[in-house]
Amino acid sequence: LQPLTYSKTAYNPGEDLTPEDAITSYNNFYEFGLDKSNPSENAWRLEPKPWSVKVSGMVDAPGDYAFEDLIDMKALEERIYRLRCVEGWSMVVPWIGVPLASVLKKLGPQSGAKYVAFETLADRDQMPGIRYPVLDWPYVEGLTLPEAMNELAFIAVGLYGKEIPNQNGAPLRLVVPWKYGFKSIKSIVSIKLTDRKPATSWNKSASNEYGFYSNVNPEVDHPRWSQARERRIGEFSRRKTLMFNGYGEQVAHLYTGLDLEKNF
Amino acid sequence: MALFSQKNLRRYGKPFVFALFLIPAVWLIYNWVQAYAGAPHDLGFNPQETSNRFTGDWALRILLLSLALTPLSLLTGSPRWILFRRMTGLFAFFYVCLHITSYIWLDMQFDWSELWTDVVKRIYITVGFTALLCLLPLAITSTAGWVRRLGAKRWQKLHKLVYAVGVLAVIHFIMMRKGFQFEPLIYGAVLAGLMVFRLPMVKSWLRRRTQQKPINAGV
Repeated sequence: LQPLTYSKTAYNPGEDLTPEDAITSYNNFYEFGLDKSNPSENAWRLEPKPWSVKVSGMVDAPGDYAFEDLIDMKALEERIYRLRCVEGWSMVVPWIGVPLASVLKKLGPQSGAKYVAFETLADRDQMPGIRYPVLDWPYVEGLTLPEAMNELAFIAVGLYGKEIPNQNGAPLRLVVPWKYGFKSIKSIVSIKLTDRKPATSWNKSASNEYGFYSNVNPEVDHPRWSQARERRIGEFSRRKTLMFNGYGEQVAHLYTGLDLEKNF
Repeated sequence: MALFSQKNLRRYGKPFVFALFLIPAVWLIYNWVQAYAGAPHDLGFNPQETSNRFTGDWALRILLLSLALTPLSLLTGSPRWILFRRMTGLFAFFYVCLHITSYIWLDMQFDWSELWTDVVKRIYITVGFTALLCLLPLAITSTAGWVRRLGAKRWQKLHKLVYAVGVLAVIHFIMMRKGFQFEPLIYGAVLAGLMVFRLPMVKSWLRRRTQQKPINAGV
């Protein structure tokens, strides 16, 4: 993994970073297997170079983009974000990448566009987990356009000063730190602007458990476990989960007037 | 076959199997002692999750093994397997106890209010808790004294509850996983396979085949 050139930013919760080996070997990436250790064991099969992303839907500049044409590697910045998994554990991760808004602006969303839909690679040869029908492949996720344009929404291409490892979603992945981790879709091959709410994988799999928004919310429990607390990886005790994962100041306004109990 | 005589199995076989059943527990406790001391351990980056799953897996495996002993004796025409049935059942209970200890102590850290919410609100935990409630009387009445007190007939009837425990445990496992996963279904298939041997038809056919008398409790 090549070291990257990037600028530091003020996006830093000031908490201890989760060790690199934990971030790169404790992963949920079902395309590479169901155990947390499977992605780091199996993701060597993935070929992140060359990579191209299909941009379609309500944009001024649709087409197949080479990775280098989509991501401005001269504008890379580091952002340290909390990551809260829906399973009740969390990490603090030093991502490197570019704001999602900067990518979308380049593509030129048209005035009718309301949502952004993302898709993960689903290649049987590179991803051994694809042969099991755990989810309806390919993995799909989506955001509202205001969410996608929010300053926090980020496209990560690096981690801990280097290129992002395959098991963490190489070569480019979404990071939306105020939502549960499964919203932060990995190894993106398609970005589509649309006026209709896109399907999301976990919602299709169990709509009573996973909603479209999936904002981190300690007051709305997952049907199978409480979301009030979380275990920071590396810590023995559990700590209180923060509303919007502690990013309420930046994102709460996106949801004014929305019943978060119903729109979970 | 003198090597596997009843006498040898009682004297050497039982302690040997007892030691085998202890291996996973010893591994787990050793690694937790290491983890607590801040030393290297094999519990991974989320030791609580690891031990919840590890103890649950072993509880279910040993439970299924205990349900396999009667079919094995039917198939082989030998009652020797039954020598190990009580011990196997009690070890299943032992790993269930470790499973619950892991969950209540290591994972939830005695947060009783949240624990109670878990039991009543979250169905897969309700199911697991019900399995525990069914298993408890079986563990208590596992002694020869209880077989005498209840009478063999009633004792056997009571211990049919283990089938409910098996079904509940598999449902608990299936519900705990996300998406569509094969692993818990494999356990379910094994349980279903073992239950086939409880059908009167199958039992009497196997007995006729091996010329064997019905197996009584407390052998």
